Amino acid sequence: MSASIPAVQPYLPMEAEVVARAQETRDMFTLRLRLTDPRERESYRFAPGQFNMLHVPGVGAAPISIASDPTQSEALDHTIRAVGRVTRVLERLQAGDRLGLRGPYGRGWPMQDAEGQDLLVVTGGLGCAPVVAAISYAVQRRNRFRRLIILQGVKHSADMLWRERYDAWARLPDTQVHLAADEPTKGWTGHRGLVTDLLDQARFDPRQTAAMLCGPEPMMLAATSRLTGMGVPGDRIWLSLERGFQCGLGHCGHCQIGPYFVCRDGPVFPYHQIGWLLGTKGF
Amino acid sequence: MPTAARVAEVRHGSEGGSLESPTVALVSEPRLLPRGALQALIDALGAGGYRCIGPQVRDGAIVYREISDSGQLPVGWGARQGPGTYRLERRGDRRCFAWANGPQALKPLLFRPHETLFRWTRDAEGRIRFAPEPSRRQRWALIGARACDLAALALHDRHFLHKERDPGYAVRRADLLLVAIDCSHPAQTCFCVSTGDGPSVTGGTDLALTELDAGFLVRAYTETGAAVRDTLPLVEPTAEQLVEAETQGKAAAMAQTRGLPGRDLRDALFANLEHPRWSEVAERCLSCGNCVAVCPTCFCHTEREAASLDGSSGTHERQWDTCYSAEHSYLHGRLLRPDTRTRYRQWLTHKLGGWHDQYGRSGCVGCGRCIAWCPVGIDITEEAAAICASPGP
Repeated sequence: MSASIPAVQPYLPMEAEVVARAQETRDMFTLRLRLTDPRERESYRFAPGQFNMLHVPGVGAAPISIASDPTQSEALDHTIRAVGRVTRVLERLQAGDRLGLRGPYGRGWPMQDAEGQDLLVVTGGLGCAPVVAAISYAVQRRNRFRRLIILQGVKHSADMLWRERYDAWARLPDTQVHLAADEPTKGWTGHRGLVTDLLDQARFDPRQTAAMLCGPEPMMLAATSRLTGMGVPGDRIWLSLERGFQCGLGHCGHCQIGPYFVCRDGPVFPYHQIGWLLGTKGF
Repeated sequence: MPTAARVAEVRHGSEGGSLESPTVALVSEPRLLPRGALQALIDALGAGGYRCIGPQVRDGAIVYREISDSGQLPVGWGARQGPGTYRLERRGDRRCFAWANGPQALKPLLFRPHETLFRWTRDAEGRIRFAPEPSRRQRWALIGARACDLAALALHDRHFLHKERDPGYAVRRADLLLVAIDCSHPAQTCFCVSTGDGPSVTGGTDLALTELDAGFLVRAYTETGAAVRDTLPLVEPTAEQLVEAETQGKAAAMAQTRGLPGRDLRDALFANLEHPRWSEVAERCLSCGNCVAVCPTCFCHTEREAASLDGSSGTHERQWDTCYSAEHSYLHGRLLRPDTRTRYRQWLTHKLGGWHDQYGRSGCVGCGRCIAWCPVGIDITEEAAAICASPGP
């Protein structure tokens, strides 16, 4: 009997280092990661909407979308909410700490498809994180897109991430930014209510729009329903889904839904592909 | 005349065994390996560098284990199967393969129930090194695979080797030689005719045997298989023996009474997601996952960490998982499928529905294991028929 190591090792993480850590809200934080191997760092590329598996040795791995600018793949921002076993350990990492990273995985946002169109972003809660890379991409190539409309909603106003970023985007030409909080605290200047209410204020051409939705599925379905009612075709509305990704390769089966593995065939789907499965309990 | 050395030589030269596409002229007229010469097959494989795995009786069931002597085969044993039941019985003849199947097909040999994916170490400065797990190279020859097992294997090949290649599976698959056998005694639970996968072998193997009273008709489907065949003490079968083989194959197909209501149930199942039958079957289903464990095509697995006590090293492991468990649908803090109704529906709509989109065919090969090994005897053919026959609300 002999032993050999196959050349391709899709399950093997790369080592990454925490370059910086920022506390965003009470339970949300951002880890800026850098691959420690220079060759791996140079060859790493990601598209907006893709995710990495972050692996804490001895604890496990969690799928986290990449929130930073895709043109700067040397520093990869991951904005995370501490909700589970792995993310609670990720929360304790500090600059200099090491961890494993595999990725990027999945099909991201249809940036090429969206060129020449109004770009409408509707997000809820931490759903803004997977779209931030797409917004950065569009902002850096502002002339390739027409109007840019960013709508973000949270339940509690204290959970609103990145106020400064939203303020900066709001100052760009042909750009609308509206924020909503269902349960605002004193001093909240945005809308009180649901993010879908903000569609009333959004100015876009329903026939020339690419809509990117990310957040809780009831929110995405409500927004889709409003958008299709306004005349946006189902194949121009994209949703980013999340399921229990473990392998990221379409092997482990946890993210299987209908004809898809969300980790590989998604996480971004046009509504006309996936809409028939959403809203059914168990899928 | 090729020798055992030639078997090894061909084997080395053509990684893949039954992964090779069949070459013309390999499938010649079958010849007979006399019953008394069956050991010659095991010996030829051994001489070619293979360790052999064959069916054996263990703990009241027929299972695949390493074999070196043809006497270890289940000589004279049959297996009676029904919903929730599997019993071995003495047949009173010398047949070795006169039973349909045991609890496991080829799945555990290639997609290991438990496997280390990689190792890690952390040094005093906190640097982490991830190292791949070496694959052990050992050539195995499996004797006794059925047509349904081969169909399931082809599906796992698609799952684990297409698009993203699973390194452990790929190595074990390349090192596996297959000797299949035409199924002559389907169980009451079998329905491979309705799925189009059996009972006779038509490819996807290196060698295929048809068991007759006098011995075994041998056919080769790959170069590797032909090289093994050519070392065997084969004789010309009689005309009667060829007729016996044909009659036996037809009888095995005719004997099957179960069937799925169609080969493509995708639309019918997804159109009936709120059918009352899902709740009804959930009343009977124990959500134990036995059906998944014995299913030759189920591939779900979960990953977990195993760390040393001081946290300086560890392994990343994977093991078989089941969509009937609560954890399978865990998504930060909640369960997508909190009850048996949604879990059974997940299993069936994927197996008989989603697989068509993902792998170009149903995920069911008609082996009937999920029926026999279900502790309460839930019958997939009956449930599929009930859900597809009448439209739900």
